[in-house]
Amino acid sequence: MGNLLNISSSPHVRDNSSTQSIMWAVVIALVPASAFGIVNFGFRALILIAACVATCMLTEFIWQKAMKLPITVSDGSAALTGLLLALNLSSTFPVWMAVLGSVFAIIVVKQLFGGLGQNFMNPALGARCFLMVSFAGKMTSFTYDGVTGATPLAIIKNGDKAASVADILAAGDGQTQVSTNVINMFVGNIGGTIGETSVIAILIGAAFLLAKKIIDWKIPVCYIGTFAIFVLLFGGRGFDITYLAAELCGGGLMLGAFFMATDYVTSPITPNGQIIFGVVLGILTGIFRIFGASAEGVSYAIIICNLFVPLIEKITIPVPFGKEGIKDGK
Amino acid sequence: MSTCTERLKNGIITENPTFVMMLGMCPTLAVTSSAMNGLGMGLTTTAVLVLSNAFISLLRKVIPDKVRIPAFIVVVASFVTIIQLLLQAFIPALNSALGVYIPLIVVNCIILGRAEAYASKNPVLPSVFDGIGMGLGFTVGLTLIGICREVLGGGAIFGFQFIPEDYHITFFVLAPGAFLVLACLTAIQNKLKLPSATNVPGGDSGMSCGGNCAQCTGAACVANKGIIEAERAAQKAAKAQAAKEAAAKAKAAREAKAAAEAKAAQAKKED
Repeated sequence: MGNLLNISSSPHVRDNSSTQSIMWAVVIALVPASAFGIVNFGFRALILIAACVATCMLTEFIWQKAMKLPITVSDGSAALTGLLLALNLSSTFPVWMAVLGSVFAIIVVKQLFGGLGQNFMNPALGARCFLMVSFAGKMTSFTYDGVTGATPLAIIKNGDKAASVADILAAGDGQTQVSTNVINMFVGNIGGTIGETSVIAILIGAAFLLAKKIIDWKIPVCYIGTFAIFVLLFGGRGFDITYLAAELCGGGLMLGAFFMATDYVTSPITPNGQIIFGVVLGILTGIFRIFGASAEGVSYAIIICNLFVPLIEKITIPVPFGKEGIKDGK
Repeated sequence: MSTCTERLKNGIITENPTFVMMLGMCPTLAVTSSAMNGLGMGLTTTAVLVLSNAFISLLRKVIPDKVRIPAFIVVVASFVTIIQLLLQAFIPALNSALGVYIPLIVVNCIILGRAEAYASKNPVLPSVFDGIGMGLGFTVGLTLIGICREVLGGGAIFGFQFIPEDYHITFFVLAPGAFLVLACLTAIQNKLKLPSATNVPGGDSGMSCGGNCAQCTGAACVANKGIIEAERAAQKAAKAQAAKEAAAKAKAAREAKAAAEAKAAQAKKED
């Protein structure tokens, strides 16, 4: 009888994916963007990436050892945090500041709240904002091809509202005359942080994650779609397709939408919640970019939305099958 | 005199308003961006606290119980006004650095708390020393936080710069740094088990929560204490029971042995 019937408790259908496999898959998906960043910005970018990843893993190991917790460095979440943080830094950023940011990400944002799965905010973005607040000058100084200049987004923001965006980009920032265009912004031959410049490299990684069903389309599509509509409505430049393309390709939007807004821990798990999350992200990013003082707003938008996640999940709990007709729990 | 020294120790260490009682958090977080500001705020509060404690203690038999809080506020507000005018006249730099937080001393919960908990029930001299102790405890807390934030964020102590500007972590001078530094210092206080009211082992502190912050699990502190005490009682009972059983067993074994020996002896005899 025992061989005839196999009795076990649920779940009966299991998947092979684990925290470890998912985290390392995301790291693999970030390889194109990282490789492009290293090619684009040189050896300095490689040092920053190595420093951030090593510091994050080491910090997590030491903290868990000191607190007598199970050591979970091999699950890759610390390495991923370090990699994402490095991709969010300017290539000229001092290494010791990057190391400090990595320690902040792991200890303050992640471990103090209970480690992986308990952090209310994306550790890499929390650390980026910590560094942004602490070392604003170093964080926003971008060098490309040996020339320090403004990013295309900043050039557009400071540019004449009446002129066409293609002309503004071609003219550059007025001081160092970094001339560019939307094709360069798509390929990534522009100034910016190590990992955000090349949209094409990010999309390759994102396609890999979508194909492996590690991330869902809902958050990125709702995020980017809402942001595009917001920019067209409130950008103050009418229906300028170059402007729209430049806003989509510039800054950290693509990196944030595919790799940081979709972080499992800090995004809603309910399908409707993910749509709301994406829409709110798009609106906030639009507000920060168009009406805010800075040309960039993705990181602040994402960490603010991270704080809304418990509320979003609370109002979007799906109705269990068979409960449709029952209201107010009666 | 021992009451007075006890009051001083109580204010500075056992019931330190910043790190143990968590009182007066608003000025603690807002004005400690530099060590000098922290020290100034602490001493200003100390002055108000000592004067108001003395005055309220003097009036404790006059103030009717039903209107005591408004009466305390009037007393405190009068002293705050005096102190503020003095600061404006003699230390205008500190006055402008502390800004709105000087008038806000009126509603500082340390001052009202000491008036309510101590000065309104005790004679003048211990109340004055209570004020000095609490005020110095507050000053020590604010100055420590101020020093940490100034060193990390501004590379200086009391305005003396010793770290070049490239290495300043501005985060610590801004608001989030205050929360982080306060939390870290309080955690160190708990971790080192400094002799504060919250670090007494085994719920002997007289606090309703049991008073062990290092092992507190959060919200329902009062309930926790009940559970812990019940557990402790159960453990004690179990231990006593076990000891009793062991003793009974030992006794039985001894008796059995004695009986066996007696039997053996008898058998030998019979042989």
